[in-house]
Amino acid sequence: MTARPPIPAHPRLGTRLAYRLQRVLRPRPGLRWLGAMVEASGLARPLFTGAERQAKQNLFGCRMCGQCALPVTGYVCPMGCPKELRNGPCGGVGADGSCEVYPGLRCVWVEAYERAVSQGRVADLRLLHRPIDHRRWGESSWLNYWQGRDEGLWTGGAGDTGDNGPVAADRPGLTLGGS
Amino acid sequence: MSLRERLASGGFAVTAEISPPRGAGTEPITAAAALLRDWVDAVNVTDNQGSNARLASWAGSLAAMAAGLEPVMQMTCRDRNRIALQSDLLGASALGIRNVLVMTGDHPKFGDHPEAKPVFDLDSVQLLWTLRHMRDQGALLSGRALNPPPDCFLGAVENPFAPPAGFRADRLAKKVEAGAQFVQTQFVFDVEAFGRWMAQVRDLGLAEKCYILAGVGAVRSRRALDFMRDKVPGVQVPDDVYRRLRAVPADQTAAEGTRLAAETVQQLSTIDGVAGVHLLVAGNEQAVPGILDGAGVRVDPDGR
Repeated sequence: MTARPPIPAHPRLGTRLAYRLQRVLRPRPGLRWLGAMVEASGLARPLFTGAERQAKQNLFGCRMCGQCALPVTGYVCPMGCPKELRNGPCGGVGADGSCEVYPGLRCVWVEAYERAVSQGRVADLRLLHRPIDHRRWGESSWLNYWQGRDEGLWTGGAGDTGDNGPVAADRPGLTLGGS
Repeated sequence: MSLRERLASGGFAVTAEISPPRGAGTEPITAAAALLRDWVDAVNVTDNQGSNARLASWAGSLAAMAAGLEPVMQMTCRDRNRIALQSDLLGASALGIRNVLVMTGDHPKFGDHPEAKPVFDLDSVQLLWTLRHMRDQGALLSGRALNPPPDCFLGAVENPFAPPAGFRADRLAKKVEAGAQFVQTQFVFDVEAFGRWMAQVRDLGLAEKCYILAGVGAVRSRRALDFMRDKVPGVQVPDDVYRRLRAVPADQTAAEGTRLAAETVQQLSTIDGVAGVHLLVAGNEQAVPGILDGAGVRVDPDGR
């Protein structure tokens, strides 16, 4: 499932540029249409996903969890944390900000915090992230994002009231109260 | 009086810690419980601490209960996925274990099975949120109903001293939002730095929503001191503390460590919003009476 082990990666994309790109790539009718076309095509879908993999691996050390948290983590990938923590740093961060598992590398959350502070986005880090769906590894998170399948990843997203607690709103196949 | 009642009554709570044995017996837990029973409100039973395989925390918790000591069952995200974690909460609750302390857990790299698969299916915030959902909504993460739902008092941990300093109180806020009702902190050696973190915690209104127990340890040897300073992830031993404990002859390190812990407990008890202390003395339970006596904090065994 997980092709590469989690290792903290330093993003190659500057913070301001990343947030600018976020505005361009935000879900909108045109991109939703494009995404639907790509998803429907047996040829375009793997090509698109492969291109996303290449780009995000180089820029963020992306491991293709398919449920991208970058927009609310200062564009530092939390899946590079050896514990894959999506809700903030563990208690083992070194006094110098180093990762406890890879002492030569910086904790992704220390870097995420600094980058979020620099853009006035610390509030993003206070959002609660729900458990991820491990069936989505390898999928294109851009396609998922444009189709609105990512909206329940964390609290405060579009249409997310938080009423369903940690349960993903779009959880398929089961309904509350089943036996 | 249970831990929960002690905290609700506004009394100064004291918890300690027991490490289950590496072996299929509960005698060490019974022995530690006998030393601690009259001094603490409850005792944490660790979950394979330091990523070293030991007797399960639920089993150790039952042994502590049998020895007359209320347990706080520790639960880490390192070794079990969401199915096993939810299942363990149901089992613990069914058998009368009420206090559950949730933490991410050390990475397997640090333990006796460094080749093990690190699970981390949920993180500590997600696990707290899940357990609260099970209790309050009576449902699993799958949406399926629980009959009956579990009953639990949920705890979290926080390290006030680890970077990013500006985010540590916010991180506790996330845990409280997810369901933490009490929190035990990492070792406090630097009371001033702890006080700065507490000020942020009070500013966020967390001291009213969550009971805060400050972690205090008693250093018992020079080796333990060096180990703590250099090897335990997230623990910071300030230079003046290190010098103080090195200044006494080696055979008096334990006595000085107990004195230092007593002073720390006393200082912490005066900080606004501190509801109690958590004594990190696993394997050194005999230090507890000296610490609490020295600090002038003693839990009345009759619970008055």
